[in-house]
Amino acid sequence: MIVHDRWRRAAKTTGAAAVGLILLIWSLAPIYNMLMIALDPDEGEIEFDGNIFPPDPSLGGFQDALSQEARYLEEFWLQFGNSVLIGLAAAALTVLVASLAAFALSRLRRGRGTLLGNLGLLSYAVPASCLVIPLFGITHGYGLGDSRWAVIAAQVAFAAPFAVVILLQYARLIPLELDEAARLDGASAAQLYRHLYLPLMLPALAVVAGYALVIAWNDYVYQFVLLVSQRHTTVSMMQGQLFADTDAPWNAMMAAAIIYVLPPIAFFLVIARYVASNLARSGAAERTRIL
Amino acid sequence: MIREMSGGEQITGLPPLAIGPRWRGGRSAPLRRGERAWAVAFIAPYAAVFLAFAGYPLAVSLWIGSDPGLYRELFADRYYWLAAANTVLFAGIGVNLQMGLALLLSGFFLQRRWWIKPLLVVFVVPWFLATVQAFLSFHWMLIGEYGLIDGVLQQVFGIEGPNWFNYYWLALGGNIVAFAWKWLPLWTLILMAGRLAIPGEVYEAAAIDGAGGVRRFFHVTAPLVANLYLVCTLLATIWAVGDFATAYFVSNGTPQHMTEVIATLSFRYAFDDARPAFGIAAAISALPVLIPVALLLMRRLRKGGVQL
Repeated sequence: MIVHDRWRRAAKTTGAAAVGLILLIWSLAPIYNMLMIALDPDEGEIEFDGNIFPPDPSLGGFQDALSQEARYLEEFWLQFGNSVLIGLAAAALTVLVASLAAFALSRLRRGRGTLLGNLGLLSYAVPASCLVIPLFGITHGYGLGDSRWAVIAAQVAFAAPFAVVILLQYARLIPLELDEAARLDGASAAQLYRHLYLPLMLPALAVVAGYALVIAWNDYVYQFVLLVSQRHTTVSMMQGQLFADTDAPWNAMMAAAIIYVLPPIAFFLVIARYVASNLARSGAAERTRIL
Repeated sequence: MIREMSGGEQITGLPPLAIGPRWRGGRSAPLRRGERAWAVAFIAPYAAVFLAFAGYPLAVSLWIGSDPGLYRELFADRYYWLAAANTVLFAGIGVNLQMGLALLLSGFFLQRRWWIKPLLVVFVVPWFLATVQAFLSFHWMLIGEYGLIDGVLQQVFGIEGPNWFNYYWLALGGNIVAFAWKWLPLWTLILMAGRLAIPGEVYEAAAIDGAGGVRRFFHVTAPLVANLYLVCTLLATIWAVGDFATAYFVSNGTPQHMTEVIATLSFRYAFDDARPAFGIAAAISALPVLIPVALLLMRRLRKGGVQL
């Protein structure tokens, strides 16, 4: 009986390890592929044909991307800067706009929040084309043709409804008695927002910022449609337009792609720690512990 | 997009996903005089940016798309019907594949083994990876003899692999797999959170009654996460039907525009053929499917007490 049990456990462990290995390969294969192509010593003419590991790994691709020497990457840092500007501005404005609205809905006019939140969420069911195609003409009408601010505003409009929902959920953890005490001391709504709501909501605000940043970082369609001139091009636009070009220097292009995908990963690792430690302190850990 | 939304805590840093009786308004904060004006002022920026950059474009689209002539022409286009069929296949297979795997993996990742936690961190990375770059990598992996997949087939198994984008089913399958790869972590995390929210006592009671692993799954876990699973399926369906990036960057519609979906076709009508009204009409033609799904989702969220 005991021997039988030990066998069963060994079989279970082996099975789990096999599944784990498959998952590891599944998760990493496309990332490995990026790295393999980026480490190829030769640019151009798809030199990486049929390799399953780089035969002669070299950091030349990364060097060419960083120094903007590769073809199509002459403006890489300008494009990267545009992506960063759009991402950070969209994140900051989403936090501002959504926190103001969520504060009003959860602390001032409670009860209406769900309705407004749901209406905003319905916009997620609308195909992107319905918003983007007319937006080209509309932003010209606003005087924002070929403007990065048009892209930023569009991202904020897209990120804000769900951001409000996140903030409304998190605000439930903050007792209303705090507001009432502050009101008794004569605090105005603006003071409540500034001195009570914002500091207590910091972890949720960080989440919303990350959410908006990732939307902007992943975007291709809005940038492609709303931005025209060379100096407003972003990394996503450049790579999205050249993605099937066999003439591009793919080692440098993939190196650029790897550089581009790193910031959100770093951001998430930092934010996850911060949010986790804050949640633990606020006593919400019991409900939210997952790992 | 709504895509990068909630999920598990520590690694994703997103808010809790609680199952339980829904919180209902109850006590209301005393509304002081003048706070109504504050409330309006605080909501105004949100309302303004939303109306100017989402509401108004949508209204313009609906107005442009209200011409029935557009749809007569659209429905006469053979590529439209092909794209519609692809959208159904892509969403139908893709969503069920993702959700089924996520349900299985949510149990897998709750095992107690020393390597589960680091593996979960690696498993979640695809979800963080920038969409264009991740799908670009998929594109080059499947590009036939140049790609990693055929390289592995050739060098490890000695099989001559196809150029995946020359065959309709292989290209469509590549899209579906890439799509599942990107979003599987999110659903797995959400279902994990849902399973963790089931009180341990329920499982203890089941164990005392002598229920084994399989019976525990079907009689305890499944009924308790069913609503959450349904909500996630509806949400995933909305995203899959509207998904642009996968068909555009992985297969790029190859072979010969046969794997286009409604989202990419509408984009091509509008920008490659410079016929915006036609592109809008194609996108609007998906609304009769999307709106009911969205309404069902709203109802489920209200009734079932799932909070995202």
